[in-house]
Amino acid sequence: MLKYLTKRFFLMFPTLLGVAIVTFFLIRVIPGDVVELRMGGESGAVSQEMLAKERARFGLDQPLWKQFVVWVGGVARLDFGRSMWTGAPIWEEIKLRLSLSLQVAIMATVVAVLLAIPLGVLAALKQDTWVDYAVRIFSIAGLATPSFWLGIVFILMLLIVFKWLPPMVYTPFWQNPWQNMQQLIWPALAVGYRYSAVATRMTRSAMLEVLREDYIRTARAKGLVQKLILSRHALKNAMLPVMTVVALEFAFLIGGLVVTEQVFNLNGLGLLFVQAVAHRDYTLIQALVMLVSGCFIVVNFVMDIMYAYLDPRIRYR
Amino acid sequence: MQRRSGLVLTLIAAIVLAASLPATAQETPRRGGELTFVVPSQPPTYDGHQEETFGLIHPVAPHYNTLLRVDPTDKTGTKPVGDLAESWTISKDGLVYTFKLRHGVKFHDGSDMTSKDVKASYDKIMKPPAGVKSLRAVAYQTVTSVEAPDPHTVVFKLKWPESSFLLNLASPWNFIYKADIIAKDPKWYETNVMGTGPFTFVEHVKGSHWVGKKNPNYWDKGKPYLDGYRAIFISASAAQVAAIRGERAHIQFRGFSPPERDQLVQALGNKITVQESPWDCLNFVSFHHEKKPFDDKRVRRALSLALDRYAGAAALSKITIVKEVGGVQVPGTPYATPPAELEKLAGYGKDINKNRAEAKRLLKEAGVPDGFSFTFKNRGIPHPYEPVGIWLIDQWRQIGLNVKQEFIEASAYHPMLKRGDFEVAMDFQCGFIVEPDLDLVRFVSTSDANYGRHKDAVIDDLYSRQARATDIEERKKVIRQLEKRLLDDEAHVAYTIQWNRIIPHSSKVKGWTITPSHYLNNQLDSVWLAE
Repeated sequence: MLKYLTKRFFLMFPTLLGVAIVTFFLIRVIPGDVVELRMGGESGAVSQEMLAKERARFGLDQPLWKQFVVWVGGVARLDFGRSMWTGAPIWEEIKLRLSLSLQVAIMATVVAVLLAIPLGVLAALKQDTWVDYAVRIFSIAGLATPSFWLGIVFILMLLIVFKWLPPMVYTPFWQNPWQNMQQLIWPALAVGYRYSAVATRMTRSAMLEVLREDYIRTARAKGLVQKLILSRHALKNAMLPVMTVVALEFAFLIGGLVVTEQVFNLNGLGLLFVQAVAHRDYTLIQALVMLVSGCFIVVNFVMDIMYAYLDPRIRYR
Repeated sequence: MQRRSGLVLTLIAAIVLAASLPATAQETPRRGGELTFVVPSQPPTYDGHQEETFGLIHPVAPHYNTLLRVDPTDKTGTKPVGDLAESWTISKDGLVYTFKLRHGVKFHDGSDMTSKDVKASYDKIMKPPAGVKSLRAVAYQTVTSVEAPDPHTVVFKLKWPESSFLLNLASPWNFIYKADIIAKDPKWYETNVMGTGPFTFVEHVKGSHWVGKKNPNYWDKGKPYLDGYRAIFISASAAQVAAIRGERAHIQFRGFSPPERDQLVQALGNKITVQESPWDCLNFVSFHHEKKPFDDKRVRRALSLALDRYAGAAALSKITIVKEVGGVQVPGTPYATPPAELEKLAGYGKDINKNRAEAKRLLKEAGVPDGFSFTFKNRGIPHPYEPVGIWLIDQWRQIGLNVKQEFIEASAYHPMLKRGDFEVAMDFQCGFIVEPDLDLVRFVSTSDANYGRHKDAVIDDLYSRQARATDIEERKKVIRQLEKRLLDDEAHVAYTIQWNRIIPHSSKVKGWTITPSHYLNNQLDSVWLAE
């Protein structure tokens, strides 16, 4: 198992390097640069000389390979540089938004898991009954409904029915839990619903597959009670693909709630990402892509460990 | 008889006074409260001398004073009044401006503000030290020196007289900084705030909010009325409307679209007050003068003649942020074109059939075939670019042109204009004060914003003459000549319809007057909140 995990661990680095190369060069293909946007402003009148000076200040006048080497050198030392738009250290920009994005991701995951596992199991157990149909309709509706749209519906409902709007400014949980929840519960519900739909369908199909396995039939033949069969044999095995889906969705939520964050005015990483792209803030875009890729890679690695723990075939390979 | 009429007059006076009393009482500023406003953009740094976005002005301006400011009660936004300057004199030849500064003005750290600080701030703006940016150095090319002969006197000496000089000193960007700080670290103000303004800095959480609190030692005794303010950064327009509608914010100082205004009025009724003004922003059509057939003034003129601006204004004002038809200056401001004169310009006459017949004749004369096709590049921003773009295409279709519209992402738009990668494109301009010098400089042949790349010595000469004209009537005359040359004779560009600024705000907000610029009137010293 150690060999398996070591191999997985070291595979993370070439993946990250690949991401770094693709991100660095791809973002520079898009027309427009940060200096022109930053100095052009709304009136747009700025001299070429001033633009050249500013480009030199950011090192954008250097050959691309040189810029890349300088940047990768910094990343290796965990120094992502400074935002080209605000001039602030990148880590400072990200740190501000990370706690909010992380909290929404965790809350949405909790909502999703709390809905998906009981509903998925129930639908599998009551296959082709009205319960199964109801769960399937609920989950298909979740898949078909964009989170941001549901978010807009929540906001309109709160405004029109309750004449109330969630707070527009983030308060950390440890400062004021009530205010924090008032703001974040709505996006967590909107995102969690779609997320639960994916997980519900996966739980249902995995459970159906497992329930048809020989060892379940054997357990039943032995006279084990249904509750024990489900909890000890079926659910544990069915959870492997569900965990993968949940984990990947979680990683996606860290930086992927772009529109939902706009709808609820959440100062999260998704919104920062959009602003960074709109501003062509190369250093910030690169750092954010590396962060999100890093999250995916780490989540995958954790999943590999979990697989090894849950599946003896991997453990003893 | 005399006694009786005296009695009647007294009675009328008493009624008038009685009627006016409650209004006066209502308008007595109430002290206290926190103003919450939405800012749709964000400040890249805190240094007004080097930034150009209202995302800086709106949250940061209340911390500072400028030497002069634009009268906050003037709807035209064109009258300079003293801010840190108490009074000023101008020499007869217009080359020396002497300002007397207010006494007792203190920075937020308790130190005195003197002429040394004004001089250091303007030196930084006009001749920034190495490594420090200043976007406005070019606006003060006429200044030879700034002197501080005593702690309360500042003298600006000019190379040539300049009509716009006073308004340039009222620029909302020209915050007065502390000289000692600039001397130690000219970049300090990029990341710190310390001025003499009505509000002191409390906190800025990037991407989230900005907070200021009342400066108890403000030099203008009794002001500000508010205890503080909170700016919330919200980029999505739907969330901005929701913030006002849900009463999480009182106001957004940039502007909303007509449908958003109507939505707020319908939802909040008399809890909402709407202020509107022509906006010192405008979309115009740029023709690339080095590409055929747009190098031919007959073609450019025809494209301008095809536009039914009056009908367009009536229709578009219902859906987007444009409203009035104007010339090279915002309607209702001192140098605006009188309507009778405006109608004489190509494309501004009210007989649209006649205009379009002339347009077709010009196209034919220039050898442009019926159904001629070209691409019109437009900026991918919903208001007002998209509706105005669609309107333009429809207007050109009516003179037999077949125009394809191509939307370019907002961030990539300027680079595209700069590269000259277009035949016909939507251009725009937004000023911080309505002033011919500022609004027209982009049409000078050597300007970096002359994207159409016209070379016109007559325009250059007229620009320079109006800039140096000291007599208002004389200046107006030159501006009219320039306008005719720009929009009619040469039709270097085709103006569309003036933007319209719409601010629906909580009726609790008092003491704030809309102006044509969303960069003005953000010091908040006279703003107060009703019960």
